[in-house]
Amino acid sequence: MSKKESTSRTLLVALAVSLVSSVFVAGAAVSLKPVQIENRQLDKQRSILSIAGLGEEGMSSRAVKDLFASRIKARVVDLESGEYSEAHDPNLFDPLKAARDPKLSDALGGEEDIALIKRRERFTTVYMVEQDGKLESLILPVRGYGLWSTLHGFVALRADLNTVVGLGFYQHAETPGLGGEVDNPKWKALWPGKALFDEQGKPVIRIVKGGVDPANPEAKHQVDALAGATLTSNGVDRLLQFWLGEQGFGPYLTKLRTQGA
Amino acid sequence: MSKPTVKEVLFNPVFANNPIGLQILGICSALAVTSNLKTALVMSIALTLVTGFSNLFISMIRNQIPSSIRMIVQMVIIASLVIVVDQILKAYAYGLSKQLSVFVGLIITNCIVMGRAEAFAMQNPPVLSFWDGIGNGLGYSVVLLTLGVIRELFGAGKLFGVEIITLAKDGGWYIPNGLLLLPPSAFFLIGLLIWALRTWRREQVEKPAFRMAPQVVEKEAY
Repeated sequence: MSKKESTSRTLLVALAVSLVSSVFVAGAAVSLKPVQIENRQLDKQRSILSIAGLGEEGMSSRAVKDLFASRIKARVVDLESGEYSEAHDPNLFDPLKAARDPKLSDALGGEEDIALIKRRERFTTVYMVEQDGKLESLILPVRGYGLWSTLHGFVALRADLNTVVGLGFYQHAETPGLGGEVDNPKWKALWPGKALFDEQGKPVIRIVKGGVDPANPEAKHQVDALAGATLTSNGVDRLLQFWLGEQGFGPYLTKLRTQGA
Repeated sequence: MSKPTVKEVLFNPVFANNPIGLQILGICSALAVTSNLKTALVMSIALTLVTGFSNLFISMIRNQIPSSIRMIVQMVIIASLVIVVDQILKAYAYGLSKQLSVFVGLIITNCIVMGRAEAFAMQNPPVLSFWDGIGNGLGYSVVLLTLGVIRELFGAGKLFGVEIITLAKDGGWYIPNGLLLLPPSAFFLIGLLIWALRTWRREQVEKPAFRMAPQVVEKEAY
């Protein structure tokens, strides 16, 4: 056995390679982290603005930040009671982190968990666009499982808390060209103007296959499904049912309605 | 075997010894990321860089690597490079890294990277190995970009997300072929590409592994 193949030499090489590689990887991860976090925040802000119908495609990062700071107000809501909570700073609070924290979230049982998110946070951040102190639109975070991935997005409501301003997802990993078409502007354009709730305040918005018949009285509650993406469409349908229902923003929306926002 | 030159290792893999076309490696990612040109391009660049640098580093320490753990050492180096590429994409091309999702990470398992490390970098000096990696990356890129152009143009009527052919549903004349957006279409296209490549360069046609023996006993035919 040559010297190169000896056990001690093998261990030494293994150790040295691992050490150098780990320093290399850790260095890259740590040094790039601030840029990545900023990117992620910017991406979220961009998506909130576009769903609320503010700003335009391809705005510069600076414009996004300025517009977001001037037009959007974030508040933390207690989903259980529907009250605003002052316990968390809306700019720092991370609802997705809270959803993984047993102290700040509840596990969902099989029946309730129609959006397949497993745990729901007790507090979440909602975003508001205000004009002269009056609510113009309300942007609610939603998420749920599609075919391959959890879709993370927002739904924006008008001040009547029923009509959709926009719906969009900022993070998902659905099949490009099929389920990935949730990002298609043409599909997203089907949403504005749809009514989410019936008179009793129950979420009745549905994604239907085979096109929406405009003569149908239910048409304002219906959106055409994505072609070739039944499971993603079902996922979007269910995540809206969940987040607009009693487990989600139900209590908060009821409170807003009675208080007249 | 005579010593390969930089020019040879750089350009041979493009057509004469294409990693996808001749060696039939790296098919998986070629199916997955070519439904549009942008992801195909970023994936090509990422893979080319990873192959180049993994070859460089592995070749630099090739005389120190004990043969019993050489594969693991290669994997560690490749994996580190891939993670760094993934981190850089997340930092500077966030939108694209979202689209590529797992496929950048899966460069680790791409046979081309491992194959070049094992077959070339372990026997050749660093600079030559680096160019060999880049060359094979180019070979992969040529196939990926060809697939990306065909699939995006005829599947969605676009190139780089810019509309080229107006689709029938938007008032144009072209009815897109939805199959092209699905992974299996890349299989057919790669097959056709290999056919074209081997018609052009006959020397790439493999000898049949076996031949059917002629029928000798006549009565069995009845």
